[in-house]
Amino acid sequence: MIGFARQNRLFSFAVVFVALQVLLAVFAPALGLQDPYAQIMVQRLKGPSPVNWLGTDQLGRDILSRIIYGYRTSLLTCVTAVILSLLAGGTLGMLAAYYRGWFDRIVMRLMDVLFAFPILLLAIAVIAVLGPSIWGAAIAIAIVYTPIFSRLLRGPALVICESEYVTGAKAIGAGDMRIIFLHLLPNLASVVLVQTSLLLSAAILVEASLSFLGLGAQPPTPSLGLMLSEGRNFLLLAPWPAIFAGFAILFLSFGFNLLGDALRDTLDPRLRKES
Amino acid sequence: MSQRFLLSRFIDLLVVLFGVSIIVFLMIRLIPGDAVAIMLGANTEITPDRIAELKSRIGLDQPILIQYGRWIWGAVQGDLGTSIWTGRPVMQEIGANIWPTIELTLLSVLVGAGLSIPLGAFMAEARGKGAEVFVRIGAIAGLTIPSFWLGIVSIFMVAKFLPGVQALGYVPFSEDPLGNLQRMILPVIALSLPMLANLSRLVRSAMLDALSQDYIRTAKAKGANRRRIIYKHALRNALIPFITSVGVSAGYLLGGAIVIEQVFAIPGLGRLVLGAIAERNYPLVQATILVMTTAFVLVNFLVDMLYAVIDPRVSR
Repeated sequence: MIGFARQNRLFSFAVVFVALQVLLAVFAPALGLQDPYAQIMVQRLKGPSPVNWLGTDQLGRDILSRIIYGYRTSLLTCVTAVILSLLAGGTLGMLAAYYRGWFDRIVMRLMDVLFAFPILLLAIAVIAVLGPSIWGAAIAIAIVYTPIFSRLLRGPALVICESEYVTGAKAIGAGDMRIIFLHLLPNLASVVLVQTSLLLSAAILVEASLSFLGLGAQPPTPSLGLMLSEGRNFLLLAPWPAIFAGFAILFLSFGFNLLGDALRDTLDPRLRKES
Repeated sequence: MSQRFLLSRFIDLLVVLFGVSIIVFLMIRLIPGDAVAIMLGANTEITPDRIAELKSRIGLDQPILIQYGRWIWGAVQGDLGTSIWTGRPVMQEIGANIWPTIELTLLSVLVGAGLSIPLGAFMAEARGKGAEVFVRIGAIAGLTIPSFWLGIVSIFMVAKFLPGVQALGYVPFSEDPLGNLQRMILPVIALSLPMLANLSRLVRSAMLDALSQDYIRTAKAKGANRRRIIYKHALRNALIPFITSVGVSAGYLLGGAIVIEQVFAIPGLGRLVLGAIAERNYPLVQATILVMTTAFVLVNFLVDMLYAVIDPRVSR
C-alpha cells in the first residue's frame, strides 16, 4: 500500500485532497463552527480575524462556516445529480448496447437530442420549468448528464457484449440479467469510476454557476455560488467573501478532476506505461 | 465528399432539430400547475379573463398537435411569437441582443483555439521532464477554475489598480471600436480559459501520438528540422480531433457566455434569457433557447462537414 502510494504520488495527493474536503463537509456540524446562519450586524464585512478566520459577509455571518456548509450544499446537490444521471444514463446506455436493434436506435436518438443542447442552457431550461431551488438544480444537472453517461457506457459495453466470455456465457444459457450483472457491470466499473469523478468535478462548476445566477440554492442557504454573487456587490469594500468562495469552488472541482485523471492512469495500465 | 454521406448527415441534422424543437415546445406545457397563471402572477393580478386572453394569445387553448404545428410553422418563418410583457415579436428582442453574444463567443473561440496550439506544443515538449507534473496540474486548474469567479476577480483587480479603465458593459463595435474591444478583453479571457486548457491538453496528446508515428521518423531521418516536424507533420494530423473539440466547445462557450454576460453586464442573449425567466416570459425563454441551441447544432453540423473535407476517409 505504501509502495503504491509512493508510485502514484499524484493519485495519493488527489485522494487526500478530495477526502479532506468531503470529510469537512460531512462532519461540518461536529467541527464546532459558528452558526452559518447567525447574523451579527455589527460584525458586517469584517476582514479575517482570530474570531472569523476568513472574515464575515454582508450580514455578519462567518465566512469559514458558510464555506464549509456550502461544501455540503454543493456536494449534496452534485452527488445526487451524478448518481441519478449514472443510474438513468448508465442503464440506458448499457441496455442499448446489450439489446441493440430498435431499442438502441431509439434510445441513442433521444440522447442525441438532449446532447444537442449546450449544457448550461439545458440546465437553465429545466430550471425555468421546475423553478429555482437546489433540487431543481440537481434534477437539471442529472438530465444534462444522462446522455453523457449513456454514450460513455454504451461504447465499452458494446465491446464487452461482443467479447468471447459473453458469447460463452450466452452459449451455456445464462440469462440476460445474469450477463448484465455478472459480466457487463463489473467490467464497466473502472470507466464508471473515472467518469463519475470527472463529471462530479464539472457538476460542481455547473451547480456553482446556477446558484450564482440565482437559479440554484436560494438565500439564506450557505452556497458557494450564491456567496460569489452576493460578494460581488461588495467587491471593493470587502473582496474576501467572493475571493474565498471562488477558491472553495476551485479546490472542490479541481480535486475531483485530478482524482479522475489520476484514476484513469492507475486503472488503465496501458496509459501508465506511456506516461 | 460523397452525396450519400451528405444526405445521411443532413437527415441526422433534421431529426435532432426536430427533437430539440419538441423539447423546447413542451417546456411551457411541462410547468407544474397552471403555466398561464404563473406567467401572469409575475407582474399583474390574475383574473379568469386575463388568463383566457393570454391563453388564446399564445395559443394554449388549441389541441396540442395544432399548437405544435403552428409554433413550428412560425418558427421556420422566423416568427416565434410575441413577448408577453412588451408585446414585441420575440425575434426582435433576440435580434437586439444577439450581437454581443456572437462577438463574445467568436472572440473566445479565436483566443482559446489560437493559443492552444502553441501551448499544447509546448506542453508536449515538457513530457518526461520535471515540469510535466506542473503542466498537468496547470491544465486541470485551467479547466476547473470557475470562469465567472475569474471574471469577478479581474473586475476587482482592474477597479483597484487601473481605476478609470472601463471594464463593464458593452458598446457596439460600429460606434466605438476601441471601447468595444477594451470591454471585451476581460470577458474573453475568463470565457476562453477553460477551453484553452481543454484544447491544449488535446493538442498535447495528439502531438505526442503523432510524434511516435512512422512518418515522423521518416521526416526526422530525412533531416527535416524540429520546428518543421512539429508544425508541418505532427500538428496537421492532430487537426481532426482538434476541430471536433472546437465545435463541441462552442456549446460550452454559449452556456458560459450566459454567466459571463451576467458578470460583466453585457446585454446579450444570456441576460435576455435570465431576465425572461425572472419575469416568467416563457415565449421569450423558449425562443432564446431554441435559437441558441439551433446555432450550436448547426455549428457542429458544419464541423462535421469540414471534417469530411479534411479527411476523405470519414465520408467513405
